[in-house]
Amino acid sequence: MKKKVLAVLLILVLCFAMAACGGDEGNKDARPAEGTTLMMATTTSTADTGLLDYLKPIFLEDTGIELQWTAVGTGEALAMGENGDVDIVLVHAKASEEEFVASGAGVERFPVMYNDFVVIGPEEEGKYGDDIEACFKAIQEGKLAFVSRGDDSGTDKKEKKIWKALEIDTSANPNYIESGQGMGATITMADEKKAYCLTDRGTWLKFKNDADLDIELNIVCEGAKDLLNQYGVIAVNPEKFEGLNNEAANVFIEWICSDKVQELIGKFGVEEYGQALFTPNAGTDN
Amino acid sequence: MERIADWFVKCFTDEAILSAIGVTLKMAFFSCLISSVLGITAGLLLEKYNFKGKKLIIRINRTMMGMPPVVAGLVVYLLLMRRGPLGMLGWLFTVKGMVVAQALIIVPIMTGMVHQHASGKAPAIREFCMTMGAGRWQTVWTLLREMRHDIYFCIVTVFGRSISEVGSVMLVGGNIKGKTRTMTTAISLLKSQGIFTEGIALGVVLLVMAFIIQWLCDFLQREESADENN
Repeated sequence: MKKKVLAVLLILVLCFAMAACGGDEGNKDARPAEGTTLMMATTTSTADTGLLDYLKPIFLEDTGIELQWTAVGTGEALAMGENGDVDIVLVHAKASEEEFVASGAGVERFPVMYNDFVVIGPEEEGKYGDDIEACFKAIQEGKLAFVSRGDDSGTDKKEKKIWKALEIDTSANPNYIESGQGMGATITMADEKKAYCLTDRGTWLKFKNDADLDIELNIVCEGAKDLLNQYGVIAVNPEKFEGLNNEAANVFIEWICSDKVQELIGKFGVEEYGQALFTPNAGTDN
Repeated sequence: MERIADWFVKCFTDEAILSAIGVTLKMAFFSCLISSVLGITAGLLLEKYNFKGKKLIIRINRTMMGMPPVVAGLVVYLLLMRRGPLGMLGWLFTVKGMVVAQALIIVPIMTGMVHQHASGKAPAIREFCMTMGAGRWQTVWTLLREMRHDIYFCIVTVFGRSISEVGSVMLVGGNIKGKTRTMTTAISLLKSQGIFTEGIALGVVLLVMAFIIQWLCDFLQREESADENN
């Protein structure tokens, strides 16, 4: 009896497997790369905010291409591109991206959208307005607790750049710590330690909205020019690595820069958080 | 070859890496110490006394032995966080907190292993002590002495477990540079930055540590058996 059941189960599994492999035939119109999978390396912010979950089904419907991604820090995402492990990268660290293209690992960089960074801390909302200098100097001089990502991600690079521009040496502040973790874990740590931290607005809004616990931090500084965060998309160079799905990568770039998708990006998050998480700006030179 | 040598020079001169090694050893030492005391005591008591619900306790302990470290980490995190029941201790994101999480993982392992070994050996030893008219503490002492090989082995096993663990240490310790960053969480971070070479170097250091520990264990055992042959 047991053997019979097992045999039936095995046959069922085989049938399903075959059906899964053999599907989608016959329905071929002239869409390039249709039915293939596009592998993307991107930053935790695009994945954590849910933007990619929002775009994925629309992309599949428009082009017939299945989008898959791995969400890591900008540094690792670019390293994956350099190793030819992914077809495309969507990251936010312009200088590193340009280096990535210049080294021949990427084809060309296209700006897609931007979001902005905010400083959160255990103070009343908007304490420092848009004066990032006053905010960071107060943290340094008061030796206030500050949690840095310290993981070489786009956010981390941005933060280090601001300290550097203000000529502040953070090693003089004993309460400046590096979490070495993602944005969500770092915000949680800042909240636990009543510390300041630099985060992208998207992750912050989503986190504040969705976390099980009330986050007791507020945005204390926002809107400064230094706090803008530009995203770029780059196809990995197909001449350098074999087996890349470059065709799908090009379809994706054209698609995400199109007016229709740019408009969709501009609407993302408005319903849930009351404000857009990303501002589209494809076609500009940012 | 020169590049490999360079990594190791870097390993033993880089402050951040040395600190990660230090934190790892400190954490492993204290969690092993605590879980040895608790685990050996619990394991021996569990073997000696028969009571109602003993089987259930053994079953629960065996389940705990297989507890995924991140689950232990999550439980300890919830206990230690600012708004948690033990929040006033301020142990979250400290080595103390990490030791607590590790103890939660390895005390059951220690208890289970000691109980297992004791079940096989202790009854005969106890009987022998009774015949010789030994007192209660003398019996315990003899028991520990006779079971030392097993106990060494248990300690080495949990020490290895402790230095190689990453899930709970990441959650409870927070991977703070220079404070709670261990070798394993450092490797995890290096990988997330796309830096593989230093990650591998750290991994090799961990393996070397594991080798030294097992060698030490072997050495102790050999020493003991030489004694017995005299």
